[in-house]
Amino acid sequence: MAHTAAIHTEKPSKWSGGSSPFKVEYGKLMMWFFLLSDSFTFGALLIAYGTTRFATIGWPDPNVAFSKFPGIASNAPLMFVSLMTFVLIISSVTMVLAVQAGKEMNKKEVVKYLILTIVGGLIFLGCQAWEWNHLFHEGAWWGANPFANADGSQSTQNFTNFFFTITGFHGFHVFSGVCINIIMLIMTLCDKFEQRGHYLMIEKAGLYWHFVDLVWVFVFTCFYLV
Amino acid sequence: MSNLETLESGGHTHAHAFDSKKVKREIWRITLYLTILTIVELGLGFLMMPWPEDSLKRHLVKGVVMALMLWKAFYIIGYFMHLRHEVRNMIMVIAIPATLFIWFIGAFIGDGQSFKNLRARMDPYHVERAKLPMEVTEHEGGEVHHMEVPERNAVQTPVDSAKNQIHQ
Repeated sequence: MAHTAAIHTEKPSKWSGGSSPFKVEYGKLMMWFFLLSDSFTFGALLIAYGTTRFATIGWPDPNVAFSKFPGIASNAPLMFVSLMTFVLIISSVTMVLAVQAGKEMNKKEVVKYLILTIVGGLIFLGCQAWEWNHLFHEGAWWGANPFANADGSQSTQNFTNFFFTITGFHGFHVFSGVCINIIMLIMTLCDKFEQRGHYLMIEKAGLYWHFVDLVWVFVFTCFYLV
Repeated sequence: MSNLETLESGGHTHAHAFDSKKVKREIWRITLYLTILTIVELGLGFLMMPWPEDSLKRHLVKGVVMALMLWKAFYIIGYFMHLRHEVRNMIMVIAIPATLFIWFIGAFIGDGQSFKNLRARMDPYHVERAKLPMEVTEHEGGEVHHMEVPERNAVQTPVDSAKNQIHQ
């Protein structure tokens, strides 16, 4: 007995077992690791874009290339992309509110905020579809760049190649995020989480959704602003 | 609650006695910050729009926009993704591998810069090509145009023809 008592007076190490050293559940930790690896995938794409841009003499002016807004005839650079940015930020906020409602075990609020998040994601996808369609009809696509460099000189196809690849990859992430959120909504409506006694799955979906918003912060800045 | 259950859920199985109002206030505070930062970014974007492409002030403003971007990323990761409120072990296991980006960005952007200085500005093909004007057609009819970038052989710059003569 004396021996056992001696063990218990020592301050237990975080790594000696019996408790979670990260204080998060397994699935959430693995979601973080996935997002870390995904951030390197996006990082590689964006850094390849940056490297190419630094290595090229002249580059098209994004304010000329992305200057249209549906329903407005005159040039409106930055306006459409600002709308897309705010839609994604607001949908991130509703997602964080859904996670919080899940922690409070408030099913009604979870459903409400998940629906708002899904709607935000769909609006964003719709905006992107419009923009891609518009650019395609201007002659921009993989392997075709109708926009001259800012100084009027001959541009390369790198501009459109990187734009469509990176916004396409991001848009695919948004699409997956919307699908995941729809699955979360169905599971919530089926009382799956009430039976489990916790809404931790919503937190994992939330992490993914915030990551999509995070990547957009970088894509928005690197393609449209600078 | 059994010990195993605590392990699996990371100790967050049941609603804890946290201040819901306080958490929500923080969410809205961060939303406000993100909105303000985005508006400042857009303001800078509009400000530098008429400035010449290679001017120093434009590069400086671009640097400021990049800094604001990282600031926004910090708010999203720290508060929306909740990383700031996790335990130290958890923060470090994400933050330390992410520092690899410092090398990643520095090395590759530096490489691009040196390519421009050592090759793009020296190689006659790149130098001549950068001077070629590009015809831009107006696309009001919504028709599809495919403007191909001329192949190396298609554009006969004086340097190119000189080179061909040497090879012959």
